[in-house]
Amino acid sequence: MTLIAAADTLPGAKHWSMTLARNSRLKLTDLEGGANVGMLFFNPINLLERYNTPDTLKCQHTFKLTQGHCLYSDMGRIFCSIVADDFGWHDTVCGNSTKGSVAARWGASSYQADRNDRYQNGRDSFLIEAAKYGLGRRDLPANVNWFSKVTVANDGALALDVGAAKAGASVELRFEMDTLVLLHTCPHPLDASPSFPRKPVRYEIFDGPPASMDDPNRLSAAENGRGFENNRLYQFGCCEGMH
Amino acid sequence: MLTESPLDPADAQYRKVVPAGEHWIHIVREGETLRLLDLEGNQAVDTLFFNADDPAEHYSASDTIREQGNIYLTTGSALMSDLCRPLLTITADTVGRHDTLGGACSTESNTVRYALDKKSMHACRDSFLLAVIENEEYGLTKRDIAHNINFFMNVPVTPDGKLEFADGLSAPGKYVEMVAAMNVIALISNCPQLNNPCNAYNPTPIEVLIWGARP
Repeated sequence: MTLIAAADTLPGAKHWSMTLARNSRLKLTDLEGGANVGMLFFNPINLLERYNTPDTLKCQHTFKLTQGHCLYSDMGRIFCSIVADDFGWHDTVCGNSTKGSVAARWGASSYQADRNDRYQNGRDSFLIEAAKYGLGRRDLPANVNWFSKVTVANDGALALDVGAAKAGASVELRFEMDTLVLLHTCPHPLDASPSFPRKPVRYEIFDGPPASMDDPNRLSAAENGRGFENNRLYQFGCCEGMH
Repeated sequence: MLTESPLDPADAQYRKVVPAGEHWIHIVREGETLRLLDLEGNQAVDTLFFNADDPAEHYSASDTIREQGNIYLTTGSALMSDLCRPLLTITADTVGRHDTLGGACSTESNTVRYALDKKSMHACRDSFLLAVIENEEYGLTKRDIAHNINFFMNVPVTPDGKLEFADGLSAPGKYVEMVAAMNVIALISNCPQLNNPCNAYNPTPIEVLIWGARP
């Protein structure tokens, strides 16, 4: 039986950050349906190594993220594997809501008037969490948006599929190296809900075994086998120029 | 959208051929027109832009894609910064579609995509890094080397969410042209990739042309 090391619920439109050790697992649950979790990944001992959307997508010939996929750094290594997912299609290209986009859609909001129910936005959330580690606006790559399904039409047009929302949907990540995680629960930038969405997300942190040689994520693509080998070389400290 | 330019190369104030595997960094001033010309066809031109007056403000693929509601770039596309402001706008395009998702090759990503022993082959991100190191006056470093544009590349998304690297739509003599909405630093790696059929395993030169602001 897995021991839960930590568990908490982040209310909607909040932000947090944490460093997760190799082989730990992070499970996110969309408690009510319609949540969005913006997430970024950095190497805590070399913050210049960060999540890279293009490498993640082209290494796995995918636009969506789901179970079986690995999330890559710009250094050819895997931050984490998606080991379970009953949502099925997560976005990693649309970026964040901003102060301006939130005000344009849902009107003015301030701490003075609304206290902690103010309309927080994804970009400011990431800027605040990033600054805690000495990172700034030059350091924010394209992020993951968990629980947001964005499709692409033949002509390239993007659409947020609000029908995909599902109360209780969860996604579980296994970290393949020590990783700094920044996250927020602010609305997806394409969310056009009539009122400001404020959806809580449960997170649980487990301990777990490392990926075996026949691990499904390792075998899901030849590319991922090579990504895992890059991680092995890194952990072993024998890969010149790669640590 | 296919759109021809009225500009005559004979009137360009700047012309330079950039061979494959080379980088090019240059300031394009507000109102000037930058044309990238695919001399031999289906060459990947990995490109980043920065606000020349505040280089922390940079091209953002996410903001560009989201604001236009479309993953492809063509005539009319505004290339947006991370502050959600247009850096340049595409004003002519004889290709019809350019990629925003595939990013740049690197020695590290080559090990994952192709083989672990490809790590010594020249790659775009090495060119980007050398370009910013050689031009310290811009204040750019590795942290500024973000998710770039691939001009002339065709990377469609399927209805079930797969990413394809399809045959190119470009050909010898096709071009894309854009007008700077502010003073920008343009940073190009003319892709050296030898492992990918998208350029027929044959990286080739491009030409860069700049015209002065139109009265």
